[in-house]
Amino acid sequence: MIHLACRCATRRLHATCLALLACLCLVAGTGAALAEHEFSGKLSLVTRWFPRTADFDGQRNYNAGFVAEPQLYLEEPDKFSVTIAPFFRYDAADRTQTHFDLREAYLLLNGPLGENEWELRLGIDRVFWGVVETRNLVDIVNQTDLVENPNEKIKLGQPMAHLTLSGGWGVGEVFLISYHRLRTFPGRGGRLRPALKIDNSLATYESGAKEWHLDFAARYSHTFGPLDLGLSFFDGTGREPVMRPAAFQLVQGQPIPGALAPHYEQVRQFGLDAQLTIEAWLLKLEAIHRSGASNIVGKKEGFAAFVVGGEYTFSGIFESDADLSLLAEWLIDSRRHRSTNQYQNDLFFGVRLSLNDVQGAAFTLGTLIDLDYGTRTLSLEFDRRLTDSVSVKAEAILMLHVDEADAIVYPTRHDSFVGMKLAYSF
Amino acid sequence: MFPDHDTAETRPAGRGWAKGYPRRRRPAFGVLILALACFCLPNASALAQDETPEEKGLRIARETSARNDGFENFTAGLTMVLRDRHGRESIRKMRFKVLEVQGDGDKSLFVFDRPRDVRGTALLTHAHIDTHDDQWLYLPALKRVKRISASRRSGSFMGSEFSYEDMSSPEVEEYTYKYLRDEPCGNLTCTVTEQVPRDEESGYSRKVVWQDTGELRTWKMELYDRKGSHLKTLAIANYRQYLDRYWRAENQTMINHLTGAVTVLKWTEFRFRTDLSDSEFTHTALRRVR
Repeated sequence: MIHLACRCATRRLHATCLALLACLCLVAGTGAALAEHEFSGKLSLVTRWFPRTADFDGQRNYNAGFVAEPQLYLEEPDKFSVTIAPFFRYDAADRTQTHFDLREAYLLLNGPLGENEWELRLGIDRVFWGVVETRNLVDIVNQTDLVENPNEKIKLGQPMAHLTLSGGWGVGEVFLISYHRLRTFPGRGGRLRPALKIDNSLATYESGAKEWHLDFAARYSHTFGPLDLGLSFFDGTGREPVMRPAAFQLVQGQPIPGALAPHYEQVRQFGLDAQLTIEAWLLKLEAIHRSGASNIVGKKEGFAAFVVGGEYTFSGIFESDADLSLLAEWLIDSRRHRSTNQYQNDLFFGVRLSLNDVQGAAFTLGTLIDLDYGTRTLSLEFDRRLTDSVSVKAEAILMLHVDEADAIVYPTRHDSFVGMKLAYSF
Repeated sequence: MFPDHDTAETRPAGRGWAKGYPRRRRPAFGVLILALACFCLPNASALAQDETPEEKGLRIARETSARNDGFENFTAGLTMVLRDRHGRESIRKMRFKVLEVQGDGDKSLFVFDRPRDVRGTALLTHAHIDTHDDQWLYLPALKRVKRISASRRSGSFMGSEFSYEDMSSPEVEEYTYKYLRDEPCGNLTCTVTEQVPRDEESGYSRKVVWQDTGELRTWKMELYDRKGSHLKTLAIANYRQYLDRYWRAENQTMINHLTGAVTVLKWTEFRFRTDLSDSEFTHTALRRVR
């Protein structure tokens, strides 16, 4: 699998990444000599079908692909461990969506320090911060992979040094991060994109150091009885780009943009995430303040945003083993109409039914309502196991109503889709 | 763009992943603990002359609990074979470790190996004596540590016939007791006790428990649902003694009389008093779980 990944990489990746990958191939080769190793992973077939006719040139009504996510874990007991997790996607419909990423490739060391404990992770890793279900505002360490899923939950690997100190007083973490990753977007053939294609080869940075800017992040988290609390800080290259029209061509004497170029600015973000767990209630809050980023009209504007909500679970409904959870979250951004994303004032309601049977079947239904523009979307999701190692997932996102004034969502108004995923884990 | 309920993608079969785990005072190594003992019970009949059946039941429960104190920690492997009434089987595999905490509930960790789609998922529990337990789930696909509700106990553990309540270790104060009788069980003599859960969230109205009079190991348990029907029977076998004191059973078979389904638990590789430390039961440790 590593060899396959190396071969794919030659075409697409930055030379630095390639060198790194070569090292990893070497590690993988010699790794078997280490005391303990474990090879696992997942292979998936994924397909999506868009029943409505596409609005833009080149867009297709389907995509179908193959995803490989192998993972190699090597350990020298009581000394260190190495994890290598490449990711490869082949997409039959959109060439840009065929991509390779190193999700993880890190060295892990840890040990006691008096009453406390330290842990150091060096290399490419993924870090998750947050508590809510809809959109994790505070989660800023890793770049989002929008090719895999429009839900912003899939992340690219990020090179970093990550030091953790923990004890009875809580968990303190510091991160030194460099080699900024560009957010991935659907290509010309892909759906769920703006009218103009986003061209990553035209990406620009505010910092003169470009992708090599050294970012700093820190987090403190602790559990106080029923309350789990996290405070975070980030200073560096933002993960969310602003889009600038680019690749101008003269059409009848008028310059017309042919693409959008992502521009990444230097931002500073303070974050808070909290969850209160009281019996069947989960009450959640994520809040950020971010400065240095431009708003939708290209002007720098500091802003605050939060997601607040909760979840309540009815257990063993109708004298069965099934659980029914009700979810509600409100997302708001102080920039409102000047916000760079679609969640400027939105309400989410969801229902999740978990059958708790042998196959682990679960069904989720959710609706997102834009309180400013009236845009309504519906999401459905079903998943269950077929065998010990094969599982299936079906999902659909339906654009019920998109208002023309909702400029961010409007280009995707005909991009309702139904998707299937068949996964084999080993 | 739209929320994706990651729990759905990574959750193992069975209640509790999205929402909850039972309220419980000790962690989930369960029925097992009932099934323990150490040295012989002092001559019970001599002590018991002026006891009411309730007092005698309570004394046996206290003695059973006392005999398990001081184990410090242990690790074990666990295989569950789930068989429905048509004979279809599915397998769950996990690793378990537990740390005894003085003056509070224990800390425990399950790491799942099978089914394959939940491989690497881990469940950390900090049990408490006088308040709800704290519980976190680690979802490796997103590298997310998620606090979950531990308030519900009667749901299925991993889709099996064992509920979270069955998998957790009972505290003496959680039940009222009544001694019923002594009767032969195999080559041994068993004392039969009725236990009534005090917690209204328990899935049971009562349990009838068979323990041998010598070592106080539990051999059989009948579980009655809230309506009083005989719902399940647990049979326990293959006891081994560790550190010359702690009895652990390798096989536990739960039969559901309502559905005809059976779950067999097989414990392997018990190791007591390993070098486990508190730092292996924290958030950061949860992220390192393999």
